[in-house]
Amino acid sequence: MDSILTLLIFFPFLAGMFGFLIDQKSIRAYGITVAAIEFVLSLVLWLGFDTNNPGFQFVEKLPLIPQYGINYFLGVDGISLFLVILSTFMTLVALIGLTIEKDIKNLIVSILFLEMTMVGVFVSLDVIIFYVFWELSLVPMLYIIGAWGGKLRIYAAIKFFLYTFAGSLLMLVGILYMAYLYYQATGNWSFSIPDWQLLVVPYHLQLWLFAAFFIGFAIKVPMFPFHTWLPYAHGQAPTIGSVILAAVLLKMGTYGFVRFSLPMFPDASVYFITPIAVLSIIMVIYTAMIAYAQEDMKQVIAYSSISHMGIIMIGTFAMNAEGITGSIFLMISHGVVSGALFMLVGNIYDRRHTKLMSEFGGLASVMPKYATIFGIMLMASVGLPLTIGFVGEFLSLMGFYKVSPMMTFLAGTGIILGAVYMLSLYKKSFFGELTNEKNKNLKDLNGMELASLVPLVLLVAYLGIYPKPVLKPIDNTVKSMIQLMEKKSITKDAKQLISKVNSIEEAK
Amino acid sequence: MLEPISVSLASLNLATLAPMLILIAGGLIILCIDLIKENLSKQLYVMLSILFLMLDLGAVIGYQGSARGFFDVMLVDGISLISQAIILFASMLFIPLALTSKRFHEYSFPEYFALFLFMISGFQFMVSSDNLILIFIGLELGSLALYAMIAMHNRPRSFEAAIKYFTMGAMAAGFYAMGALILYALTGSVEIAKIAEVLEARNYEPIVGVLAAVSFLIASLGFKLSQVPFHTWTPDVYEGASAALAGYMSVVPKIAGFVVAIRLFEFLIHADIVWVQHVLYAIAVLTMTLANIMALVQQDVKRMLAYSSISHAGFVMSAIVIGTTQANAGLFLYWILFLFTNLGAFAMLWVSRHKSKIWHDRFDHPYTKFSGMISIMPIGAVVMALFMLSLAGVPPFSLFWGKLYLMGAAINSGFIWLAVIMAINSAISVYYYLKLIVYMFLHDPITNEGTIYVKNASMSLKTIIGFSTVVTILATFFVNPLLEMITAYVKASGF
Repeated sequence: MDSILTLLIFFPFLAGMFGFLIDQKSIRAYGITVAAIEFVLSLVLWLGFDTNNPGFQFVEKLPLIPQYGINYFLGVDGISLFLVILSTFMTLVALIGLTIEKDIKNLIVSILFLEMTMVGVFVSLDVIIFYVFWELSLVPMLYIIGAWGGKLRIYAAIKFFLYTFAGSLLMLVGILYMAYLYYQATGNWSFSIPDWQLLVVPYHLQLWLFAAFFIGFAIKVPMFPFHTWLPYAHGQAPTIGSVILAAVLLKMGTYGFVRFSLPMFPDASVYFITPIAVLSIIMVIYTAMIAYAQEDMKQVIAYSSISHMGIIMIGTFAMNAEGITGSIFLMISHGVVSGALFMLVGNIYDRRHTKLMSEFGGLASVMPKYATIFGIMLMASVGLPLTIGFVGEFLSLMGFYKVSPMMTFLAGTGIILGAVYMLSLYKKSFFGELTNEKNKNLKDLNGMELASLVPLVLLVAYLGIYPKPVLKPIDNTVKSMIQLMEKKSITKDAKQLISKVNSIEEAK
Repeated sequence: MLEPISVSLASLNLATLAPMLILIAGGLIILCIDLIKENLSKQLYVMLSILFLMLDLGAVIGYQGSARGFFDVMLVDGISLISQAIILFASMLFIPLALTSKRFHEYSFPEYFALFLFMISGFQFMVSSDNLILIFIGLELGSLALYAMIAMHNRPRSFEAAIKYFTMGAMAAGFYAMGALILYALTGSVEIAKIAEVLEARNYEPIVGVLAAVSFLIASLGFKLSQVPFHTWTPDVYEGASAALAGYMSVVPKIAGFVVAIRLFEFLIHADIVWVQHVLYAIAVLTMTLANIMALVQQDVKRMLAYSSISHAGFVMSAIVIGTTQANAGLFLYWILFLFTNLGAFAMLWVSRHKSKIWHDRFDHPYTKFSGMISIMPIGAVVMALFMLSLAGVPPFSLFWGKLYLMGAAINSGFIWLAVIMAINSAISVYYYLKLIVYMFLHDPITNEGTIYVKNASMSLKTIIGFSTVVTILATFFVNPLLEMITAYVKASGF
């Protein structure tokens, strides 16, 4: 149990290495089995997790480059626990729904390597180890988009890689500077996140460091105006690539904000609330409008995914327990929902080899099961109460309401716009007369596809009705983080704002 | 009447000379063997060279004596020992690359191996002295042997490369002589330590003279280290030389040059002669940036690697600008990691060497040659991709740690913008490394004949590449001991 995090990281890696020895025919079964074992391991982690303890658990620490303060340092808390489970779960589901035949061995090995890096990012407590996994995650994704993607796949893959790589190198400068500050303050080299969170950074340096980390994370999220790589990446990636990209890789950026920016630079975070909120609102509304104008189903979902990431950002920068807890919950629900939507688009693409909405219409009469599941996921994406999407969106917006009601209202219009483009997508593709001859004989979902989608539907309903098992551990950790931020903040503005937005919570 | 000078043998401390003498003797023995019996196979000479290099390495690692020796012209301090070890390791990795499965002109001459050993001894002299004259002799001994080795590849382009390198090198030697001359005229000494002492006592007056000397020395070392704007020979020479030799040239002569640069410029930078620091700063930034941009538009992988190694040299040059112990330790760490990765990458090109230019009428290794290599030669493609990712600085592969440490050194001494420029350059460079990966992994193959990539492969080539790969992947685990050792040595020699 003590080394379960190491096991979680390196089990998919080793399995991937052994995967090279397995022949094409059996590799799919192998991949699914490995992903299932990994998922069970992550559930074991949850089982052993003490939900009342807000700190890091299952901590492992080994010196790696002690001279420069770099350690192999892992741990998990309420914030990262569910992101780890989300990663293993979505990998499993995406592998079950996998339909690609070409070079499937290379694909599955890449997915397993990718799974290692995803888990690694969320459980690293040493910044350098975090950075290693953060960067390494680009390589398998580059290969997945570039080798199995659509027509413009190479352009999309390179754009994805260059964009994120450039951003994270600037973040690396910030990381090294932060380490230097820590060294100046304490006389020891350390790259450990818990140590850094305790360090009080002078105000003017906070602003610079916040900016350096912001570039790295904002490109990954992707925040407006750094979002241009995402529609390409999604548009060209194979289904499994889009699922993992939307469900997990984007969450690395928002996770970075919660883990680094807020607790390490509380004053700068408060200072930047308005600019970030404005960018996020632009992101919510602008991409929602673009989504409405798309003709390609997958592009609609890609843009809607950017739009929802905007709400996550708003929740994170609400600086109170509701907002941050809500945004973390929304990361999970957005992972489940957008992953499912991409898989659904993949299903229809496998049948018709087109994703244009104009080619469809009246699908509900030939593919009832498909239409039902699509409908449920659509509701969850829009944020209908009693679905998983509602909880996170509501909490995030409620949290930000205490900061600025006006901006919350603007961000809230994103939900309405979301309903507009999603329902119009549904209307164009599923309702009306079945006009296109080619659609008359479409087969409904088969067993394998159902096996990959039904768990997602159940999750959407279950966590929509009863989110407490997930919310409670997140909330615990977030509260202790906010206390730390309040204690650490040096400017009066920040102290006031943090205590103001959290006041209602305390009064209860 | 002149007094007879008596020098005791013990005071000469001949042990400082032992490493170089071993190689010179080795080179002569190889020539003698050829005199006694002709037409012996190249395997013999390769193995003999490795044995002499091992003896040499033993003499270097085991060296315990005092730093000074041989009329005080030798200076075997920490950085000399590290750089000698780097040079010898690189040479031992390089020379087995001669054991190709195809025959090559140069390896049929034992003189090639003798020249090789002479060259290494030249570089060893260069790094273990602070006497400007001995450095000059070492530099020329190494360079002249190298020119001949390039020309022995026996293709028109190799002759062109050798002559180009020779003329440029001769000019650099001239600059060096001028710089040394001015320093001697100013201070009456050719020993760097003495020069520093005299100049400091005189408060660096006349400053014009000092700056003139420094300009000449920067120009001459700039040629050797292929710093912009003295880099123009590099891509052509690398292209003309055999791939293995090009990889070697991108590592060994440069580390020797860096050691001389540390010795020469460090005291000037610490003396707060702002002009020197600014010029070196500008050179480092220009070198990494311009070389990167030129590498973006190359069509040939070997030329791309040539520009990339210029850019890496610029990256490392910033360590000299920073001038702290951490930066100098970072320089050696970077270069050790770079050695394995870069030599491995060039060795991969060497493996795929083909006599006729079937891919392109101008280039030997155009990008298109590697199209779809993943489906023809998966392991080769993966290994090459690893080298490219490492060169680009993707963690956790070896060069990432070098970059991390150097950027850290820059930040710790207040060079934040230098660190930002280094970061941006790494981001630019990833594009051209990625381009090769994209060709290998994402394009469709234009031929299905797998053997075409391994025409030149043999057991020893594969071993060298395998070894470099392992070092590249597992670098994380030995960075710490390496760093401890390097830092101790660098500190001990006062840099």
